[in-house]
Amino acid sequence: MWQYLVDRRELIAFQAYQHVSLVVQCVLLATVIGVGLAVLAYRSPRITGLANGVSAVGLTIPSFALLGLLLAPFGFGITPAVIAVVFYAALPVLRNAVVGLAGVDQSLVESARGIGMSRWATLRRVELPLAWPVILAGVRVSTQMVMGIAAVAAYVLGPGLGSLIFSGLSRLGGANALNATLVGTIAIVLLALVLDVVLVVVGRLTTSRGIRV
Amino acid sequence: MSETVTDQRTVSGVSIRLEGVTKRYPGQRTPAVDSVDLEIAAGETVMFVGPSGCGKTTLLKMLNRLIEPSGGKIFLGDEDVTGQDPDRLRRRIGYVIQAGGLFPHMTVGTNVGLVPGMLGWDRARIAERTDELLDLVGLDPEVYRDRYPKELSGGQQQRVGVARALAADPPVLLMDEPFGAVDPITRQRLQDELLRIQEELGKTIVFVTHDFDEAVKLGDKIVVFDVGARVVQYDTPEAILAEPAEDYVADFVGAGATLKQLTLTRVSDTELHTPVTAAVGEDSAAVVARAEEAGERYVVVVDGRGRPVSWPSVAELSRTTSVPGTRDDRLPVVGLRSTLNDALDTMLAASQGGVVVTGRRDAVAGVLVVEQVMAAIQSTRSEVRG
Repeated sequence: MWQYLVDRRELIAFQAYQHVSLVVQCVLLATVIGVGLAVLAYRSPRITGLANGVSAVGLTIPSFALLGLLLAPFGFGITPAVIAVVFYAALPVLRNAVVGLAGVDQSLVESARGIGMSRWATLRRVELPLAWPVILAGVRVSTQMVMGIAAVAAYVLGPGLGSLIFSGLSRLGGANALNATLVGTIAIVLLALVLDVVLVVVGRLTTSRGIRV
Repeated sequence: MSETVTDQRTVSGVSIRLEGVTKRYPGQRTPAVDSVDLEIAAGETVMFVGPSGCGKTTLLKMLNRLIEPSGGKIFLGDEDVTGQDPDRLRRRIGYVIQAGGLFPHMTVGTNVGLVPGMLGWDRARIAERTDELLDLVGLDPEVYRDRYPKELSGGQQQRVGVARALAADPPVLLMDEPFGAVDPITRQRLQDELLRIQEELGKTIVFVTHDFDEAVKLGDKIVVFDVGARVVQYDTPEAILAEPAEDYVADFVGAGATLKQLTLTRVSDTELHTPVTAAVGEDSAAVVARAEEAGERYVVVVDGRGRPVSWPSVAELSRTTSVPGTRDDRLPVVGLRSTLNDALDTMLAASQGGVVVTGRRDAVAGVLVVEQVMAAIQSTRSEVRG
C-alpha cells in the first residue's frame, strides 16, 4: 500500500484537496442556510417542531438515493454533489441553531429590548453570540457527517476522494483495487479529524471568554 | 426661595403621567391593567407594591412599551410618548431588572457602554462615561471594566445593571424587582447605594417590589395596587403606615406596623456619636492617648479618603506600633439614609453592638450604637400606645 501511496501521491493529494474544499464550502453555505432558517423558525413553537421534524426525517434519506434522484434534473457533475452535501450539512446546523436560539435566557432578550436594542440588533448582538457555541457544535457534527457523504458524491462524478473508493470497489480483486479503496477511506477519516481540530480552534477564537465553560 | 426642603434636591428627572392606561390580553375577560390614571412628579422615587399578579409589573413595562398598552396615554414631561418609536423611547428610559440582566458574553465596560453606543457617542466619550458610572456605583473601573459578568458577585452584577441603565443619563429609571435575588445584607447595601445615587442625581424612579419594607425605605411615595392594577392608595410611606386607606392596605402593610416605624426613621434622624478616628499608618501610641483622653474604648481607622477600614478596640491598638491598614470585611457599615431597621440588622449580622455610619462618598459620618436604636423603639412604641 505504501508503494501505491508514493506512486500516486500527487493524484491523492489533489483529490484530498478537492474533497476538503467541497466539504468546507458546502458546510459554510449550509451554516448560513441552517442559521437563517433557524432565525425564521425559533420564535414559533409550531415551526420549531416542524424544523426539528424535517431535520430528523431528512437525515434518514439515504444519500445514495438522494444523489440518484438529483441526477435526473442536474445530470452528472458538481451540481448534484454540492446540493446533496449542503442538504445533509444544513440539517444538524438547523436543529442546533433552533435549540441554541430557543435556549437563550428570555430575561436577557427582554433586557436587550428594554435598553432600546431593535429586534435585529438583539438577534445580532445578544441571541446569536449566546447561541453560537451550540450552533458550532452542530457545524462540527455536520462536517464529520458530510466528509463521508461527499465520498458517495463520487457516484455522480463529483470531486474528491470518493472516486478513489468507487474505482477501487468496481475493480475489486484487480491490481491495487483494495489499496485504492483503503487509501480513500483512511484519508477521509484523517481529514475529518483534522477538520474537527480546526473547528475546535475556531470555536475557541469566536466564543466570548464570558460564556466559555 | 423654595417652599419645602425637598425642592432643594437636584432634579434631573421628568414627570410621568398616565391617562386611562389599559392592558387587555386576548381571551381574558378582565383587563390585566384597568384604566389607570397616575401622576409621578419629576425627581421622585415611586414604589409600586401589591400582590403578585396585580398588574404592577405589566404597568411598569407599559411605561417603556415592552408591553404595548391596549388603551390610554403615557406622557413623559409634556410629551405624549404613546405613539413614539419604542426603541428610541427606551434609550431615554433606564431599565433595571433582577440580577442586572447583564449580557454574559460582553465585558462589564461593554455592557455599560451599550446605550451610549446606540445613541452614536464616540469611543472616547463612551469610555469616559463608563468609568464615571462604575465609579458612581462603587466599582473601581480599573479592576472591573474588563471583567465578565460571571466573574462578579450578585451584588456587583446588580450594580453594573444600575450603571448600564444610567449610562445615557436618562431622566427616568424603571426598576423591576431589582434586588430580589440577592441576600439581605447585600440588598440593604444596594438600597443604601441607590438612595445615595438618587440624592446625587434626582431621577424619576419607578420601582416595583413585593417587599413593603423596601418600599418604605426607598420610596418618596408608594402606590399600593390591587388586582387589575387598581390604585388603592398613593401616598407617602408615613401616611400609608399611619392611615391605611382600606383594610386591604392594612393587611398588606402587615401587623408589624409599629416596628415598621423603625423603617421610617433614618440613621441621619438620630444623634450620631462622633468617634475617635485614626489614619492608616499613624503612630499607635498617639492614637491610644487621644482615645483615652476622649474616654473612648474603640477607634475607627480610616483610609486616605476618610472611608472606614476597621474598628479596633484601644486595647488591640496598643499592641501595635503603627495603625494597621488591614480592611475588615465584616465591618458593620450603614449609610446616613439607611433606616434604623437596617442598622439593627447589620449589628446583629456582625454580632456587634454598633455600626459605623458613612455619608457622602462613603466617608465616616459617625457611629450608631444599639442603645440608641432601642431608645427609638421605646419612643415609637409609647407614641403608638399614645
